[in-house]
Amino acid sequence: MEAAIITTDLVKRYGKTVALDGLDLTVSEGEIHGFLGPNGSGKSTTIRILLGLLRADAGEVTLLGGNPWRDAVTLHRRLAYVPGDVNLWPNLSGGEAIDLLSSLRGGIERKRRDEMIERFQLDPSKRCSSYSKGNRQKVAIVAAFASDVDLYLLDEPTSGLDPLMEAVFQDVVKEQVGQGRTALLSSHILAEAETLCDRVSIIRKGAIVQTGTLDEMRHLTRTSIHVHTARPVRGMEGRAGIHDLVIDEEGATFEVDAENLGDVLAELTAFGVQALTSSPPTLEDLFLRHYGDELAMLAGKGGAS
Amino acid sequence: MTQWTGTWRLVRHALRRDRIVLPVWMAGVIGLSAAVVAAEVAMYATAAERENGAAFGAANVFTRIMDGPASGTTLGAISMVEAMQKLAIFVALMSAQAVVRHTRQDEETGRAELIGSGVVGRQARLTAALIVAVGASVIVGAGVSLALMGHGLPVEGSLASGAALAGIGACFAAVAGVAAQVSTTQRGANGLAGAALGVAFLLRAVGDAAGTVAASGVELISAWPSWLSPLGWGQQMRVFHQDNWGVLWLFGVLFVGLVAAAYALANRRDMGAGLLAARKGPVSASRGLLSPWGLAVRLHRWPLVAWGAALGITGVSFGSMGETMEQFADENPQYADFLLRIAPGASIGELYFALIFGFIAVAASGYTIQALLRMRAEEASGRLEPILSTAVGRTEWLASHGRIAVGGTVALMVVCGGAAALSNGVASGDFGAGWGVMSAAVVQIPAVLALGGFVFAAFALTPRWAGPLSWAALAGSFVVGQFGDLLKLPQAVVNLSPFTHVPAVPAETLAMVPVVVLLGVAAVFVGIGIAGFRRRDLAIAA
Repeated sequence: MEAAIITTDLVKRYGKTVALDGLDLTVSEGEIHGFLGPNGSGKSTTIRILLGLLRADAGEVTLLGGNPWRDAVTLHRRLAYVPGDVNLWPNLSGGEAIDLLSSLRGGIERKRRDEMIERFQLDPSKRCSSYSKGNRQKVAIVAAFASDVDLYLLDEPTSGLDPLMEAVFQDVVKEQVGQGRTALLSSHILAEAETLCDRVSIIRKGAIVQTGTLDEMRHLTRTSIHVHTARPVRGMEGRAGIHDLVIDEEGATFEVDAENLGDVLAELTAFGVQALTSSPPTLEDLFLRHYGDELAMLAGKGGAS
Repeated sequence: MTQWTGTWRLVRHALRRDRIVLPVWMAGVIGLSAAVVAAEVAMYATAAERENGAAFGAANVFTRIMDGPASGTTLGAISMVEAMQKLAIFVALMSAQAVVRHTRQDEETGRAELIGSGVVGRQARLTAALIVAVGASVIVGAGVSLALMGHGLPVEGSLASGAALAGIGACFAAVAGVAAQVSTTQRGANGLAGAALGVAFLLRAVGDAAGTVAASGVELISAWPSWLSPLGWGQQMRVFHQDNWGVLWLFGVLFVGLVAAAYALANRRDMGAGLLAARKGPVSASRGLLSPWGLAVRLHRWPLVAWGAALGITGVSFGSMGETMEQFADENPQYADFLLRIAPGASIGELYFALIFGFIAVAASGYTIQALLRMRAEEASGRLEPILSTAVGRTEWLASHGRIAVGGTVALMVVCGGAAALSNGVASGDFGAGWGVMSAAVVQIPAVLALGGFVFAAFALTPRWAGPLSWAALAGSFVVGQFGDLLKLPQAVVNLSPFTHVPAVPAETLAMVPVVVLLGVAAVFVGIGIAGFRRRDLAIAA
């Protein structure tokens, strides 16, 4: 598989603040790549470097085989960008803004444009000044998907959309990528990334802390198990791979590492399993593993005040 | 009184936001008044000199237009006739911009919504903005009063001068309060307030130009249009001459009326909306819009049309006075000698047009700066980001705005010159002089473009400082042009203003060297700007 985006050891500083601190990101062609991290972790900075709007202080960037700073104009014919915070010209209508943005990119596909307007239920005759945040975002989304491009750079594109429109958005992204296109989707909505993305990269303080397919990542995390047994569970304490074990008269609740799951289940049968619920690790768990210390610190602060 | 709940907290907040900009304005205006008075005190040592100066000012149509009506021979009166008009323009701009900053700008950016959801009454924001602007005007007035007293001028006249400036500041705060209700954008509101200031200047200029010299010979009785303008009222107070405190009532009545209108308008409209209801727009774009150039035309067209109308009217007004100038010089050989020192052998009419277009060009640079700073507004608001993420190159985008700013500047000067040429022709019956009048306007274009080049480079190199640097450059050119000789500024400083170098066409022959150098300076700035902008990060909130 070719790589649509490769960044190596990317560094971006604003004065003394380090926004990107050696970021390595690889997005393969034809995949939807989730780019996950909370506000201020460096997602937008990365995307703006990929667009050639900001210049990296150090490191290598290759986008669609070119250099995004030097070859900005030629590369931009092949990509579409949806910013997280869409600002439009107050006296243009939504339809005008869509036509403008997609034709500046290289051309409008009238049929696709009308279909997208229909699917996103946008009134294109309204002035941009009277649109809500969600509607402004729809304008950028429709303009992006009305163009025939190879790569979508989507920076928290659904942050203003309602759940219905979010579902439409997910359908459209899947369709487009199904036709061989690539998407980099930055988000802090984990459920969205979970339903859409083939692979995800988690960014923290300007560096990627983990990257891989969801399956790969799940192997690194624990499944939580709640079990009802006929006889009290014994001998599980201190066993390798078991965490947060709580035993009561009716059974046990615990978390187990993926590699130990089979052994543990086999052992449980000895106590007469009557009911068992297991929940797979979610992206949220993955995320919390990398950000857990920060949360604990925030909670600590909250408690103290 | 729930409509006003939270006003004082908003005042404190506004003062904190303005902690740099307002003191800079206030110090600038007070300092300028002190410098002008110091220069006048030094210049008019004897009663005979003052007598001459006042008689000259009363009789000279050009000083009547630029400075206002002569008001007697006291040192204070002569100083304030020179200074009042310019100080008033600065105070009005300071005050109007402060009101717009704390009303419409907040609404446009959405900050107002955040504030409005707090424990804040409906009229609190407007009231707080007015309090800040009027307060700043009063402080400037007090500062100017102290500066005048510091030069040993009489207390009553000093206080009256300060009161006049405070009154003008308050009136333009109220004008801006109304403008902020009518227009939906900060730019639009500032534009409306600026237009009101322009109309006030024009009314006063026409009224004073058409005035009659009093029997004493050292005082001008203004014609009625001067009494329609707040800028005129300041001068009709005749400070250090008659000290007509009663004129302050006019400021009071106008202020109260405009504030009441602003409150009524604010009550009638929704947050964020203007008075004009949002109309529906086209479902799809016309072909003409679909390029960077098309978008730029769309963004620039209405401001350019408004400037064109304003400068057209200005041209007609000043053009029609050319004929009067000739007659007047025949009757006052002393005045003719003064003008002819600038360009021996020229006609008075030619000199008049050379001088008046020097002034108009500084005002027209306001358009050039506004148009170029549109680029910064696009960048800062995040509207540039999606454009440069398409197949539009940075140079192409710069060119789309830059070409309009240059073309608009040329068009405005041509319109103004053409209007002046025609009205001069109608008034004198001699259209043959029209080309000379036109050339007086056109010869200023290179100087405006040189200033524009500076703005362009400032935007490219220091985007966050582009606005303050640009307006400071314009204010500097204005001060140099109006007070350069009087304040005996060093020649090196005077030379910094591009307008210093423009040949006095049609009174002089056209010297090509300064014209070419000015155009060269503009080109170098543009080159630096393009190179700088291609290399820099977009300056957008992270």
